[in-house]
Amino acid sequence: MKTRKFLLPAATAGILALTLSACGGGGGGTTGGGGTDAEANLDGRGPITYVQGKDNSNVVRPLVEKWNAAHPNEKVTFKEQTDQADQQHDDLVQHYQAKDANYDVASVDVVWTAEFAAKGWLQPLKDKMAVDTTGMLKPTVDAGSYKGTLYAAPVSSDGGILYYRKDLVPTAPKTWAEMMDMCSIAKANNIGCYSGQFKQYEGLTVNASEAINSFGGSVLDKDGKPSLNTADAKAGLENLIKAYKDGNIPQEAITYQEEESRRAFQSGNLLFLRNWPYVYNLATTEGSSVVKDKLGMTALPGKDGPGASSLGGHSAAVSVYSKNKATALDFVKFLVDAEQQKFFATQGSLAPVLGDLYEDKELVAKLPYLPVLKTSIENAVPRPVTPFYPAVTQAIQENSYAALKGEKSAEQALSDMQKSIESAGAGS
Amino acid sequence: MSTSTAATDLRARQDKGRKTAQNREKWAQGRTYISAAVILIWCLAPAYWMVVTAFREVGFTYDTSILPTHVTLDNFATAFDTSFGNRFGQALLNSIFIGVVVTAVSLLIGVFAAYALARLNFRFKFLVLGFILGASMFPGVALITPLFQLFTNIGWMGTYQALIIPSISFVLPLTVYTLTSFFREMPWELEESARVDGCTQGQAFRKVIMPLAAPAIFTTAILAFISSWNEFLIASQLSSDATQPVTVAIASFAGAQPNQIPYTAIMAAGTIVTIPLVILVLVFQRKIVAGLTAGAVK
Amino acid sequence: MATELGPTPVKKPASGGPEVHHAPKGVGEDNKLMSQGRWASWLLAPTIIALGVVIVYPIISAIVMSFQKDAGLDPVTGLFTAGGPAGIQNYVNWIGQQCAAPGGGTIACPPGTLGGQFWSATTTTFIFTIITVTFETILGFWMAMIMARTFKGRSLIRAAVLVPWAIPTAVTAQLWLFIFDFEGIANKLFNASILWTGSEWPAKWAVIIADTWKTTPFMALLILAGLQMIPAEVYEAAKVDGATAWQRFRLITLPLVKPALMVAILFRTLDALRMFDLPYILTQGANNTTTLSILVINQIRQGFNAAAALSTITFIIIFLVAFIFVRFLGANVVEQSGATGKGKK
Repeated sequence: MKTRKFLLPAATAGILALTLSACGGGGGGTTGGGGTDAEANLDGRGPITYVQGKDNSNVVRPLVEKWNAAHPNEKVTFKEQTDQADQQHDDLVQHYQAKDANYDVASVDVVWTAEFAAKGWLQPLKDKMAVDTTGMLKPTVDAGSYKGTLYAAPVSSDGGILYYRKDLVPTAPKTWAEMMDMCSIAKANNIGCYSGQFKQYEGLTVNASEAINSFGGSVLDKDGKPSLNTADAKAGLENLIKAYKDGNIPQEAITYQEEESRRAFQSGNLLFLRNWPYVYNLATTEGSSVVKDKLGMTALPGKDGPGASSLGGHSAAVSVYSKNKATALDFVKFLVDAEQQKFFATQGSLAPVLGDLYEDKELVAKLPYLPVLKTSIENAVPRPVTPFYPAVTQAIQENSYAALKGEKSAEQALSDMQKSIESAGAGS
Repeated sequence: MSTSTAATDLRARQDKGRKTAQNREKWAQGRTYISAAVILIWCLAPAYWMVVTAFREVGFTYDTSILPTHVTLDNFATAFDTSFGNRFGQALLNSIFIGVVVTAVSLLIGVFAAYALARLNFRFKFLVLGFILGASMFPGVALITPLFQLFTNIGWMGTYQALIIPSISFVLPLTVYTLTSFFREMPWELEESARVDGCTQGQAFRKVIMPLAAPAIFTTAILAFISSWNEFLIASQLSSDATQPVTVAIASFAGAQPNQIPYTAIMAAGTIVTIPLVILVLVFQRKIVAGLTAGAVK
Repeated sequence: MATELGPTPVKKPASGGPEVHHAPKGVGEDNKLMSQGRWASWLLAPTIIALGVVIVYPIISAIVMSFQKDAGLDPVTGLFTAGGPAGIQNYVNWIGQQCAAPGGGTIACPPGTLGGQFWSATTTTFIFTIITVTFETILGFWMAMIMARTFKGRSLIRAAVLVPWAIPTAVTAQLWLFIFDFEGIANKLFNASILWTGSEWPAKWAVIIADTWKTTPFMALLILAGLQMIPAEVYEAAKVDGATAWQRFRLITLPLVKPALMVAILFRTLDALRMFDLPYILTQGANNTTTLSILVINQIRQGFNAAAALSTITFIIIFLVAFIFVRFLGANVVEQSGATGKGKK
């Protein structure tokens, strides 16, 4: 009697929990295929939502207003996520898992496309839903495609640029070997020679992949299988290891993310810096910058010519759960249209995906790095396009970090990467 | 038990003690100030760095001069600027609202539970305690997805209750345990004797028990409030633009350029949210707790 | 009212007034117990329901998922398909550090997989917990003792102590990242060139320092509240009796503060075992600073069911630690009282 009286509330809580567990579906496996969802609502029109990370430079809002003025019955609501990529990713995953019909169009980082496509969350952009990709730089289209089908229309791109001190370096290096030879200049001036981003994080994947790709290696082959046990990949990774060991890459570079490396270059402590285009605007304007008039830019150095940059940027994807896919598609086409692309570039310094814009005089006057960036993006290799991207980037980061610090040889690191990626692909 | 034996033991040394007592008092006071200074530096030095950085121009973010240089108020303006969709002001209000509700509710139901655990005799007490404690053992990061699905199913996504209820559950175990341990130590006999003296049970509780419990309840309230104030993971996934708390708003700060980390604005935001909180706690402490406990406890 | 409290020692002698929670022995005991039980169930219901909805439901759903395989890729369509039941495979994989082999079956996890980090993450988690909780306890106790004294500027100290804790963790982590930058203020002040986030022990110490700084106030406040419940008269009496400071501390302060102290240590330990934000932002788990919670969130992004298994393992580890605490270290807030009153007589 007493027992029951006391246990009643507890039991209620327990039963409640069990019921809820049944409703929630336990989240078991993911819903593969998405076949039926992908067929539905292709002609639907009406209000939609566009989801994107923090709109740093206020480019999305004016564009949404412009769209809404022209389409009063198909208005777009802008849902802004946080500024952090991981959280944007997790937010999208949560909403797709819950089959949220309100996430009609989302801005997807190039490295998430394959994962989301393989989960069956993205509407294939083909047939009725096709988006015209002529005029777009090819690597950006590849980055939005999975298994030969376009799933996300490229909206903005990004590529690595080699910044250098044009007051100290007479002619920009074209190859890695040339750049290493010029490190004597850095020594003579008592500054560091070269840095990219070598902290163990996503940026290291970018830098390590660039080293590997620039020497003819590749992380994944055409079928998405790892292909790291090659002489080319080894030569590429060894370049980084040797440069770090010799001090051509300063020891503190293994704590650098984008901002720390920019700071080192801007304060005059580096001769060469691999970074994204954003550095140009800051290094030429910030009060603390000592390189304002000494900033040179060129393509990343490779084996015999320009190296292969990793590709950044975002694409617009339509959710298979959207109710108004016709409107969603129109909005995606609107975003990749030349007029909007130009606005992204002028207002937000976002690299366009349309090749012609890189020769636009007005744009080049405003963003002098565009010609260099075009070379960079044209030679770019998308970061591994794989639905197992989180596992692949983990494998690259952890092993190349250990190799940089001299804890394992390039060969060993590459073979460990190979095994880790194989294991991820084997499913658990 | 050890208290009383100690007291008897010590009485023997009474005389010797008195002679040096005054000297010792001065020395003790001096040491107190030195310790206080050390504590002050330890607690405030990193915070000082936050404030100094908050007042620096963005272009000089990495300046390492100890004293403020390149002073500007721009970062505070940036933090509160709403033109680009920042809602820092709104988020501040949200955080306060969520914090107050979480604190009030968790204290209220925590006091019930703690009273039962400390003062009542019943079966399965150990089980209940284990259950409550067990709730603080699961990695918080793993709770998000089930909660997201639950709240999506019942249409609570982005609402205040979707932020408040998980927050209450996170602070409840601590609240209950803290209050229970304090309630156990309270001299409840006094309540009885007050009633013998003619107080009603209500008066006895209000005038005797409350003042005694005030520091404990107040401390628990601070613990609850700050832990809700700091909550980020759940809020980052379950809040909407209208309900997001300040931690999420800060994570949304973005530099003028992609990849640029707006350290100075983040530090400004940190300063903005810290100072009022500290003042609030101080005022409460002085007015309310001091009032309640006047004379009762040190 | 205050006068009433004056001469009262902390605990009444055994012969003192009736204590409500002492069920009178004999005839009425059963009835008394029942009515107290009924009361207790009503008083506890809100707490149990609140915890049931938000904590128990996710835990149960995670446990269910942990026995499922993660989605695998269909090689033909390139789409993920649900994994099906896994039995205890997820658990076996974590504990044995086994990963899927390309041809089926499992192999020892190669470096660069999350599966290979289980034991190092467990070790790291315990190292962080033991060191930070020890530091925080000692520092917190000391701070509380100082704050409990009467001196000019006491409110200033009390406010200052709150500052580290009132700064949201997201800001704290960025602040320390900034301080521990290679060209940051920490290296400058101590004229050092330490790669704080670039090698194992400096990275660990960076996390430990930041965590200790941030959460010591939690300890200090809880202990302070415990101290404040000791009537000043007890100390006065002991002082008059000539007790040295150390004797007063050992024989009065420590025993009387013990319940509050144990609760503080217990909850700090549970929190530290789930440490996440600070190492995640400071080092992203590099250089052996990956804690179990970081491993969980990294794994969530790779496969939810294996992550659910890891969460459950973490839960069990923490449960064992808490059990040891409560059972052997006396962090038990009520049980001895239920049986023997206030643990004295």
